[in-house]
Amino acid sequence: MPEVTGLRLPARLEGVEPVRAIRTPARLDYQFTAGRATSRFLQGVQRKQLLGQRCPVCAKVYVPPRGACPTDGVPTEEEVELGHTGTVTTFCVVNVQFYGQVMELPYVSALILLDGADLPIMHLIQEVPYDQVHMGMRVEAVWVPDEELAPTLESIRYFRPNGEPDAPWESYKDNV
Amino acid sequence: MAEPTHVLTAPNVIEYPFSRTTGPVIGAFFTALREGFIVGVRGSDGRVLVPPFEYDPLTAAELTEIVEVADEGEVVSWAWVAEPLAGQPLDRPFAWAMIRLDGADTALVHAVDAPGPQAMATGMRVRARWRAEREGHINDIEAFEPLEVVEGGA
Repeated sequence: MPEVTGLRLPARLEGVEPVRAIRTPARLDYQFTAGRATSRFLQGVQRKQLLGQRCPVCAKVYVPPRGACPTDGVPTEEEVELGHTGTVTTFCVVNVQFYGQVMELPYVSALILLDGADLPIMHLIQEVPYDQVHMGMRVEAVWVPDEELAPTLESIRYFRPNGEPDAPWESYKDNV
Repeated sequence: MAEPTHVLTAPNVIEYPFSRTTGPVIGAFFTALREGFIVGVRGSDGRVLVPPFEYDPLTAAELTEIVEVADEGEVVSWAWVAEPLAGQPLDRPFAWAMIRLDGADTALVHAVDAPGPQAMATGMRVRARWRAEREGHINDIEAFEPLEVVEGGA
C-alpha cells in the first residue's frame, strides 16, 4: 500500500494489492398488501378502468385511492371513474444511469393529473422527444394488449401526447 | 362499493447495491482476509485491537501499526441463533460469538458452526474455517469451528 504514509504493515501485506472497498448491500423483503381501496383500483386497472374515490367533505378525488381523505380523515366511499387522458403537471428528464434501470436514457417521468382527479399519478411520457415535454401538455394512456392486462399500473405502458392544446395553468396549478 | 373486495398482496423487495470504501487501516484488515489471515492494529496502550480501529479509543490518535494475529482463539461470549435469517453466515442454526483471537486483546464478532447450544461455552477454543475463494470480505471466513467438545454448555 505505497500510497499510505506512516502505515506499518506485516511482511505478508507488503506489495499486495490492497482492498479499497467492500460490498455492503442492503435488502428489505416486504409483503405489500394494497388494502381494500387500492385493491379495487388495481382490479379496475385490470379491466382498463381508472377508479378514484371522492372525499364527501372536500370533494377531492384521489387516485390511486387509499380509502380515506388525508385532509378530512373520513372514508372516501364514492367511487369515480376517471378518463384515460390527463395533464402533465410536472416532469423529470432522467439522464443518470442507476441500478435496476429498465428504460433507455434519456426518458421522461411525469406527474399526470387524470381528467376528473385531484391528485396526479406518476408515469412515463413516450412518443415525443424528451425536450418537448412540458407542463400543461395533454396526454393519453397507452395500454398493454388486453391479454397482458394485470392489476398493476404497468398495464399502462406509458402516456403520449393526444394532440389537444395545452391545459390552462389554472386547471392544474394546485397540483404542482 | 357493494360487492366485497378481494384484497391484493404481492412481494415487494427493496435492494440497494451499496459498497463502501475502506481506507488504509480497515482496508488492511480486508486485504489480510483475502490473503487468508487476520490482522489488527496496536493501540497507544500496546493492546492489539481486532478488528482494527483507525483511531485510538483512548487518545483518538491515528493508529498505524498493523499486527498479525492467529486465526484461532477463545469465545468470550455467545448467543445461539436457532432460526437463521437470509444473509446470515450459515443457513443452519449457529452461534454468534465474540471471539478473542490469540495475539489480540479485543474480540471479533463471527459465527461459530456448532451442532447446538450445548456445544457452546464461554472460554471454548475455536478456529476460522476459510473459504477457498476469497475477495476481501468478512465472509471470507465461512465460520469458526469448535476445537474441543464442550460438556453441558455455559
